[in-house]
Amino acid sequence: MSYVPHTERERSEMLAAIGVARMEELFAAVPAGVRFPDLKLPPPVSELDLLREMQALACRNAAVEPTLSFLGAGTYHHFRPATVDYVLSRGEFYTAYTQYQPEVSQGFLQALFEYQSMICRLTGMEVSNASHYDGATALAEAALLALNVAAGKRHKIVLSPAVHPQYRAVVKTYLRGTHAATVVGDEDGAADIDQLKGLLDQDTAALVIQNPNFFGQCESVKGLAEVVHRAGALFIVVTDPISLGLFEPPGTYGADVVVADGQALGIAPSFGGPHLGIFAARMMQVRRLSGHLVGETIDADGRRGYVLTLATREQHIRRAKATSNICTNSALCALAAATYLATMGKRGLRQVAELCFHKSHYAAAEIGKLKGFAINPQAPAKPFFKEFVVRLPVPCAEANAHLREQHGIIGGYDLGRDDANLKNHMLMAVTEVNTRASIDRLVTALGEVAK
Amino acid sequence: MTGNKIPTVYELSVPDRHGVDLPAPDVPQTALPTEGLRADCDLPELSQLDVVRHYLALSQLNFGVDSGFYPLGSCTMKFNPKVNEQIARLPGFAEAHPLQESETVQGNLALMFELQQWLAEIGGFAGVSLQPAAGAHGEFTGLLMTRAYHHARGDLKRTRILIPDSAHGTNPASTTMAGFTAVELPSDARGNIDLEAVRVACDDTVAGIMITNPNTLGLFEEHIDAVVQLVRACGGLVYGDGANMNALAGIARPGDLGFDVMHFNLHKTFSTPHGGGGPGSGPVGASARLKEFLPGPVVEFTRDAQGARYDLAMPDKSIGRVATFSGNFGMLVRAYAYIRQHGTKGLRENSEHAVLNANYLRVKLRDAFTVPFDRINMHEFVCSGAIDGTGVRALDVSKRLLDYGFHPPTNYFPLIVPEALMIEPTETEAKPTLDAFVAAMQAIAKEARENPALVKEAPHQTPVRRLDEVKAARELVLTDRAKSEAP
Repeated sequence: MSYVPHTERERSEMLAAIGVARMEELFAAVPAGVRFPDLKLPPPVSELDLLREMQALACRNAAVEPTLSFLGAGTYHHFRPATVDYVLSRGEFYTAYTQYQPEVSQGFLQALFEYQSMICRLTGMEVSNASHYDGATALAEAALLALNVAAGKRHKIVLSPAVHPQYRAVVKTYLRGTHAATVVGDEDGAADIDQLKGLLDQDTAALVIQNPNFFGQCESVKGLAEVVHRAGALFIVVTDPISLGLFEPPGTYGADVVVADGQALGIAPSFGGPHLGIFAARMMQVRRLSGHLVGETIDADGRRGYVLTLATREQHIRRAKATSNICTNSALCALAAATYLATMGKRGLRQVAELCFHKSHYAAAEIGKLKGFAINPQAPAKPFFKEFVVRLPVPCAEANAHLREQHGIIGGYDLGRDDANLKNHMLMAVTEVNTRASIDRLVTALGEVAK
Repeated sequence: MTGNKIPTVYELSVPDRHGVDLPAPDVPQTALPTEGLRADCDLPELSQLDVVRHYLALSQLNFGVDSGFYPLGSCTMKFNPKVNEQIARLPGFAEAHPLQESETVQGNLALMFELQQWLAEIGGFAGVSLQPAAGAHGEFTGLLMTRAYHHARGDLKRTRILIPDSAHGTNPASTTMAGFTAVELPSDARGNIDLEAVRVACDDTVAGIMITNPNTLGLFEEHIDAVVQLVRACGGLVYGDGANMNALAGIARPGDLGFDVMHFNLHKTFSTPHGGGGPGSGPVGASARLKEFLPGPVVEFTRDAQGARYDLAMPDKSIGRVATFSGNFGMLVRAYAYIRQHGTKGLRENSEHAVLNANYLRVKLRDAFTVPFDRINMHEFVCSGAIDGTGVRALDVSKRLLDYGFHPPTNYFPLIVPEALMIEPTETEAKPTLDAFVAAMQAIAKEARENPALVKEAPHQTPVRRLDEVKAARELVLTDRAKSEAP
């Protein structure tokens, strides 16, 4: 199937208008030796066959029943109200480009302005950009912002080992391009916040923590911002937006930049992407922010309207001196998150957060009763939100194979993949989509593993 | 439409109105922590009908490819097949978790493996990583690979990247982020990279060159072989900006032209929707000597006594991760479906008709508007939007086009053409649409001479008129609360 609409007659008329006899003549500038390669691609299929084939391909994946999935670690199965996909399916939104012509983009601009407004309320911050690719790239941009604020005088990013391992990896990749910048703090997987404080010095541009951290636990943040600021560094917090329905936002405890992955806000897991990079900061940093910003203004008749603003930070104006190279972002996912937050509202988000809290604690308590299992063995006293660490009496792969093969359950994330000290430890996520029955089934299944 | 009078979600909010009902906890409740809770999260309170009407009303103020002709140069605003939206939402794809064990996601990994192979075939590369999330992200990735390649050979003195003055702004911005210095190359009188300038710039401090081919004037670089040879001879690598691949898919492979590394914009050439600015997807292809530096994981295929299987693996000398998980998988699904529907013949036909449409518009418009490089172009071309003696500028023509129901071309880019209008019709537009656009452009040129104020004050028919961008930047109202909170 091709979507080229031309009839033979139209094609002839157009070639004649251009003054060439054949289509091939349009490509005379392409070196003859490489022109018109014979590509080894499978032959095309019709829409009907395509749909059949893609359904078959999707079915080569094991069916995922979200109620029976306890895998999180950065991507989550949460309830997605039907309003979200309804809005995402509007062609006026999803087939548009970036809002460079504001007169015919007021719908998306207002939606993004509202997104920025809701993200600021949610995180307790003053300004939000219109999105990054994902949580990890938002964090990498936050680290670059901190180095930029330090204007070459500070070169160190202190990174908590309890930040998502893939986020830490992305930060390190990004900093490969930055002269003399180093990342410290995450070499020792067991380092806690107090140890990280000891690393803050005159050369530190930022401290990065995740709260709730990668292991699901709430960090002790009281007084932390003051310590970071006394050292002259920025305080960057990675968070889970769902947790902010219940817990105080990082803006309240002194964060300078808050980043998060917004997938939990109404976006399908989709095998890890596209997701949404949330990036919020203080107004004093607004001219150093990366990404699009939507601002309110008026039109020639004095009516309220919205435009992309502070473009002088961006690559299409500043080129080599831009704050970032970002152009395409994750706008449609920001629209999804805005629709999600508007639908859930104040009460709904709180309910989701409380359900995550109660269900995960029930699951943890029940699993903790099993012989040979321990919950959060490294930090049993720390409060947790929707994820927790389980130490198993058997290897994680063995347990997960049993859960899957015998019960259709997707088990937790094998923490030994990133840290050899955490062999036989898995990270489990429980959200509002998991029922008591599914949790009980998980507990029974884990009990069988130990036998 | 009578103006943007749509209240914000906060203006619509009424205390205690609810949009959803969640089930009551079915487990014993645990006491909440005594510290660190928030009293309230100030989100709007709306009914579902409020939400639906709000966003429906907003959508009606927005223009997409589904609304009408969108000839935005360098953005490839082609039709986004609806079946691909349906496919990306199949539960097998949409509900899959990226950290599932590989034996449970063989369908997804097979899809990614095939797409890696197909993109490598289309681009003429030895390997592809699907992880970068956008074109600029792919550029940054390719430049980090360039850096890693030179460093791995102990060659630390290469600090400069050559970039033509017609390049997208992302090229120099990515160069800076990757720790290089951007060196701007002039264009020659025919719109090509100035070959003599390349010759002068090439030395052992050149890490590489970034080439957009066809360039942003829509012209195939006439000295491409010579430029590539000069850069390679001095030890530099050749980076391809794949933004304009919609002219080349099935026509020529950048790898065959000597490019070492290139990003693809799946949201341009391979029709994944632009989403109002994203998400996109920017896979990177690499030649044999750069393949091991690709970001990962990538998908590998093995066949042994136990059977055939797909797995994620990190290339040997990988620069590392550039995003979480495997990039924008939902976009990969759509691009896979698109290539599957087209095959070799379909991709070539797409490029041919994209080029046909662009040349047709050029010859039809060159009497009313100046075309500075008036020769056979590829999938786009650039004209001047200034109408002599009237004071009407490219911006005015763009705004007036809105009144005629068309999205304007890219304006004021590339920078080397004053008052540029960069027009890319794409292959999915039919001749009657192109003719209507030509008629509108000719009518605007006539209006500019007879009644320039009509054009300079345009648009007149849109939901809002020209917006005060200076006020927006000066007052910085970036949230609905910013005004009430200002001192």
